[in-house]
Amino acid sequence: MNEIYSIQPFLGVLISASAVLFIITAKRPNIREGWPFLFAIINFAVIASMLPAILAGNEITFTVARVLPGVAIAFRVDAMGLLFGLVSSSLWIVTSAYSIGYMRTLSEHAQTRYYCFFALSLSAAAGVAFAGNLFTMYLFYEMLSFATYPLVTHHQDDEAKKSGRKYLGYIVGTSVGLVLPAMIFIYAGTGTLDFAPGGILSWAGFKPLLICGLVLMFVFGFAKAGIMPFHSWLPAAMVAPTPVSALLHAVAVVKVGAFCIFRTLTHIFGVDLLGSTGLDFLGLHSINMGTVVAVIASFTILTASLIALSQDGLKRRLAFSTIGQLSYIILGAALLSPKGITGGLLHIGMHAFGKITLFFCAGAIFVTTGVKNISDMTGIGRRMPWTMGAFFVGSLSVIGLPPCGGFISKWFLLVGTLESGQLAFMAVLLSSSLLNAAYFLPIVYRAFFCTEEESKFEKKIDEAPSWCLGPLLFTALVSIALFIYPHIFLTLAQMAAKTITGGG
Amino acid sequence: MSSHFPAIIIIAPLIAGFLISLSSLANRRFCFPIAVAGLGIAFYSSIGLIVSVFEKGVIQYRLGGWAPPMGIEYRIDYLNAFVLIMVSGVAFVNIFAVKKTAERDLPEKLGPFYSLYVLFTAGLLGITATGDAFNLYVLLEIAALTGYALIGIGSGQNSGRAAHSALNYIFMGTIGASFYLLGIGYLYIATGTLNMADLARVLPSLFGSNVIMAAFAICMTGLFMKMALFPMHGWLPNAYAYSSPAAASLIAPLTTKVMIYVMIRICLFVFTPAFSFEFINIKGAMVIVASVAIVAGSLFALSQKSLTKMLTYIIVAEVGYMVGGFWLGNKEGMTGSILHIANDAVMTLCLFLAAGIFAYKIKPRGEILIKDLGSMFSRMPVTMGAFVVAGLSIIGVPPACGFFSKWYLILGGIKAGQYWFCAALIFSSLVNVILFFRIFESAFFGSTCSNHEHGSAHETGHHNDHEAVIDEAPASMLVPLLVSTAMLIVLGFGTKFIVTQIIEKAISGMI
Repeated sequence: MNEIYSIQPFLGVLISASAVLFIITAKRPNIREGWPFLFAIINFAVIASMLPAILAGNEITFTVARVLPGVAIAFRVDAMGLLFGLVSSSLWIVTSAYSIGYMRTLSEHAQTRYYCFFALSLSAAAGVAFAGNLFTMYLFYEMLSFATYPLVTHHQDDEAKKSGRKYLGYIVGTSVGLVLPAMIFIYAGTGTLDFAPGGILSWAGFKPLLICGLVLMFVFGFAKAGIMPFHSWLPAAMVAPTPVSALLHAVAVVKVGAFCIFRTLTHIFGVDLLGSTGLDFLGLHSINMGTVVAVIASFTILTASLIALSQDGLKRRLAFSTIGQLSYIILGAALLSPKGITGGLLHIGMHAFGKITLFFCAGAIFVTTGVKNISDMTGIGRRMPWTMGAFFVGSLSVIGLPPCGGFISKWFLLVGTLESGQLAFMAVLLSSSLLNAAYFLPIVYRAFFCTEEESKFEKKIDEAPSWCLGPLLFTALVSIALFIYPHIFLTLAQMAAKTITGGG
Repeated sequence: MSSHFPAIIIIAPLIAGFLISLSSLANRRFCFPIAVAGLGIAFYSSIGLIVSVFEKGVIQYRLGGWAPPMGIEYRIDYLNAFVLIMVSGVAFVNIFAVKKTAERDLPEKLGPFYSLYVLFTAGLLGITATGDAFNLYVLLEIAALTGYALIGIGSGQNSGRAAHSALNYIFMGTIGASFYLLGIGYLYIATGTLNMADLARVLPSLFGSNVIMAAFAICMTGLFMKMALFPMHGWLPNAYAYSSPAAASLIAPLTTKVMIYVMIRICLFVFTPAFSFEFINIKGAMVIVASVAIVAGSLFALSQKSLTKMLTYIIVAEVGYMVGGFWLGNKEGMTGSILHIANDAVMTLCLFLAAGIFAYKIKPRGEILIKDLGSMFSRMPVTMGAFVVAGLSIIGVPPACGFFSKWYLILGGIKAGQYWFCAALIFSSLVNVILFFRIFESAFFGSTCSNHEHGSAHETGHHNDHEAVIDEAPASMLVPLLVSTAMLIVLGFGTKFIVTQIIEKAISGMI
């Protein structure tokens, strides 16, 4: 493995941030909305340009500034970071197009502010993906928390205010209260915060109890991942405009949380340490930390899926579905086996395309008909067949059925449970799939199959504006394409799993 | 010329003070340029001083050529060279910002105001530069007396309250200073010298003496009063909140920080660490007092409705940060404490400058309440942006400088095993999140302007754009604010340099 010193990762962060200057100074709406589009494409091109080097087995590093002894603002792009970077930057292009359709049709206020903070959020997400150490990751994690606040509270009414408080309360409260002290603890013990595939804590000589405490501080501290009981900011954040919910609260923000947990578990603690550190549970027998995290994730998976069943607001149902799916990623890491880790990482990409399609559909339905609740959507397939067709594809991907990308990540996760010999988690995954089917498929079924009397929509095709419809059809197609051609994501995930588990 | 920097840095503002008084009799227009010149020379000298400390090490300057211990020695090392830059820099940047406010609020008293301003700065610079314990007392009184007057000048409806809180401050400040003087008197009786370096040489042989013990206790009590360490903070919030914004943005960032510097100077360079940390065993107790100060200051801040009052209680909490960090007694804690002296000065400056702008633009008379800041983001985006950066720095969000000093303080707490102190710091960060986001929220949602049109705006799903009339402060107030905001980030990125090149050298051999 070679290290290449290149500014590319820093550019991936700077380009999106610099879009703000252009958006603010743009005089006309057409130009203002053109900039994010253009910058999203350039940004994606820069990030994609790192792909050949990474696939060849290299890592790209860049140091911006050394701010503390032993700690720098530094980037290190590896397979895992690039995978996440590719997902969020490619979906930014699609969402930029979708935003134009959504925001204009609803003639939302303060659109300049909206596009600015959107660009900043993407910049922060790229920063997390490429961070070379815990400090840099924390820096961009916090930047993302604050950059998304004006987006969540976009409507500036009382509900937005309440949700904004909840959002910051959970996210900043946990990161300052748990992650920050845990990070300083690690620095106090090791004198470094740099990520290393085998972890950095193995030589710190920490007591097992302290390690367990630190693991839990990180797992709960990165509350963007929505691990219960720190999940309830996510349904509250659904007051935001739908493009925000789609890109940030199904992809960028929440996966930053999951990615951060994944990164700290694998590159700070290391799979060996997690596998060998255990708690004597009630004096019965020792359970290793990987299993403890997996149990926490499983609890969230099942509970969130059950809550999703009872939600009538479409976006709220999607939000609870997201909470459950994020824990798949954590579960993948916690299985501590190569296949499980591959599956967890793959799920970052596969779930992103599926879930963003679903959110785009929810937004398209709202823009065209003003309907938000599932109970009012009976027969909507007659009016918006393309949208609901895409919704069906997205559902299949999230449930994990062929011919969609979600099947592949779930497959690897299931194999991972076999590989680590923890069949209980296989049962969790399978029952979660059933629950997913139970809360998604009835929506699709009732949209198309209903009697004339039951239907709340006339049988006349009246689709969303093409700026909305195009992006959601595109992401649905990509979800299918990812089933047939998963190679790029799969190779990256497998490379990452191989380095993390030490070539196993 | 450059060899006289240790004297020039104090004499320039002193002379400026006299010239301002004289010229104000002739023409008030001259007051401001003279003050700028005096402070500019002081700032330039402070940079010259740190450069020569880098080149040649500790500078010993004999005032008037009299050799210590008889004569007064000014002694510049890494520690006070760093603090001198902070003091003179804050005073210099701030004077441009307060010009407009002073001209409007105190049109009749411009001469006295500028004169007091530079004399106050001269006092603080002298306290920092001197190597003589009694000279320190004299300069302490110069800074204190001018400080009382600056606060007493007051403004608008607050002038009655300002006079009252200045009186309160005089009582407490005088008691504090007298305690310090008494302690120094004991030291003089026991050792026969007032020179700090000399004291540090003589004292180790007298460690067992009760006189020395009493001197230390009395000295520290006096300093704790002067630095407003909880529960001796009572004078600070009213004094800072009811004074004219023009005076508050000078006094608030500097006074407590310089007092903390004095505590560090006396403990390390007079009594020596062997006495302060080992011979008498108050480390643990002081860290607990500091932790209580942090928690109490944060909670008091939370209960305030007025912006400036809230900011003053944040200062009370921050004093706890620095006192606690110092008494951890390890390298990391002390580094955090010294780093925070500079970082907190700039953060407080930035916040008080913004508060001054709000006072100037929206409420020239009376206190600014948090709810008065409705829709400030659209009215004054630049000021509010700077306020956000300063707030994030106080909360401790990287890469703003407040994060890094907090980092070292928590690190020191962990290494010393003082987990309550770490918990207090985290608690205070969380409270700061609430404090500042309460303001950001009020400024973002626009409670004052949009209430009456809320109904119609709500139905149509978008708000009217006519709120967004930008009405910013004059450039003379904005530029200093932006300079101090930029410094927050610069200091953050410069942490490694400051820690390894200045602070480690300042405390080398001490821990």
